[in-house]
Amino acid sequence: MSQAKTARLSDAILEATGINVAECYQCGKCTAGCPMARWMDLSPNQVMRLVQVGDEAATDELLRSGAIWACAGCLTCTARCPKELDPAAVMDVLREMAYERGTVPAARKRILAFHRAFLKVVEKTGRMSEVPLTARYKLGSGDLASDLGLGPRMLVRGKLPLLPKRIRGRREVKRMFAACRKGIR
Amino acid sequence: MPEGDPVMKAVGYYPGCSLHGGGRELDMSLRAVMSAAGLELREIDDWNCCGATAAHALNHDLGVALPYRVLALAEAQGMVEVLAPCASCFSRLKGTAIRLARSVALAAKMREVTGLEYRGPVTVLSVVEFVNRLLADGLAGKLTSPLAGLKVAAYYGCLLSRGEDIVEGDHENPDGMTAAIRASGAEPVEWNYATECCGGGFSMSLTEAVVDLSEAVLEDARAAGADAVVTGCPMCHSNLDMRQLAMRSRGRGPCAMPVVYLTELVGLAAGLDPKALGLDRHFVDALGLVSRPSCRPRRPA
Repeated sequence: MSQAKTARLSDAILEATGINVAECYQCGKCTAGCPMARWMDLSPNQVMRLVQVGDEAATDELLRSGAIWACAGCLTCTARCPKELDPAAVMDVLREMAYERGTVPAARKRILAFHRAFLKVVEKTGRMSEVPLTARYKLGSGDLASDLGLGPRMLVRGKLPLLPKRIRGRREVKRMFAACRKGIR
Repeated sequence: MPEGDPVMKAVGYYPGCSLHGGGRELDMSLRAVMSAAGLELREIDDWNCCGATAAHALNHDLGVALPYRVLALAEAQGMVEVLAPCASCFSRLKGTAIRLARSVALAAKMREVTGLEYRGPVTVLSVVEFVNRLLADGLAGKLTSPLAGLKVAAYYGCLLSRGEDIVEGDHENPDGMTAAIRASGAEPVEWNYATECCGGGFSMSLTEAVVDLSEAVLEDARAAGADAVVTGCPMCHSNLDMRQLAMRSRGRGPCAMPVVYLTELVGLAAGLDPKALGLDRHFVDALGLVSRPSCRPRRPA
């Protein structure tokens, strides 16, 4: 049972990214340079180690972790990994799996709410616009009070177009979203 | 190069969503600098969002499909190169172009997902590469109002310094902006945070991290003696400039460090009106940089 899980998690990573996590020798360079490590419950090298272990308990710990949501995608780990293993891409795969399973920890739900709000605006209009993005994010996250003073300040600087741009190819974009959701692999 | 130069015609402009909103000073200053160089940008018709961080965070295919459509449109519109001034757009578009060139299977999948044909290659240019090209093509000779005595910290952040095969050169010690800064008469300072992350897309969803990380960048710039931070990324700009309000309200951060785009710096050195460059739209006053007697640009007649 445990062996089967091991194969599945590292295989999933290998298939999606071409990364063989077994090559990680735990030097910790990814964690040393990670700007977001302070906001992570598992450090990047611990994430790599748990992927190597890959049994049911390790998989569960990974997919329930806040770390995979707190990764900023800054690529510092990827640029510095002596084994060229791209931990940032591993984070991406794990995050996508956690999203599919619905195992996002409460403390990082706002990050998911932001990504979802962003993609919903793009799906509907073809582009991101700050006003609908902020409105959707606030409703989705319940984070209603923050940054209320910024809107007017952005407005007077001409940084907050009130009418979102809508592209002509909206249907095309919507179809792309639908196709990607179905996961044509 | 004369206006309507056939080489420039083949360069498509992908402003990206930020440049129509929070990052509009980058769009304004780029267009102003282009017009000073006697060139025009040709926008890709009906472009869509590249998906930024959100798409690849939740759905890998979508993170490729959205840039694929942009590349396919550019190609269909006869563009062989695309300028993507936003660092995030640049990284997504160029990363996608590279992956498509390497995988026939991925290209076939994307054709199916989007219903669009992209044969490639379309070359994607960052704002740093593009400014360097403009300078080499004659803009350097038009920088008649040098910003003498201005010390700046060249901030590359993540996506103008890292990304395998996406960003050329040394990931730890990038120097792509050095020539443009020197050509503008300013002096780049030696500092430690040129490639540290500002917190990127977490501005709303994990604000504490953005405030902490951006503060560290600004403090190091201050400690190195910089009068301003120069960036090429609208996300970095927003975090470093706008979030100084949050730093101040927490009683932290350096007092008012101006943050300007590389294109604004070059535009000032070309003697362009600071307001045409968007310099009056930043949260932290940047107009003070140009009222310094040593670097006052000429007003247009």
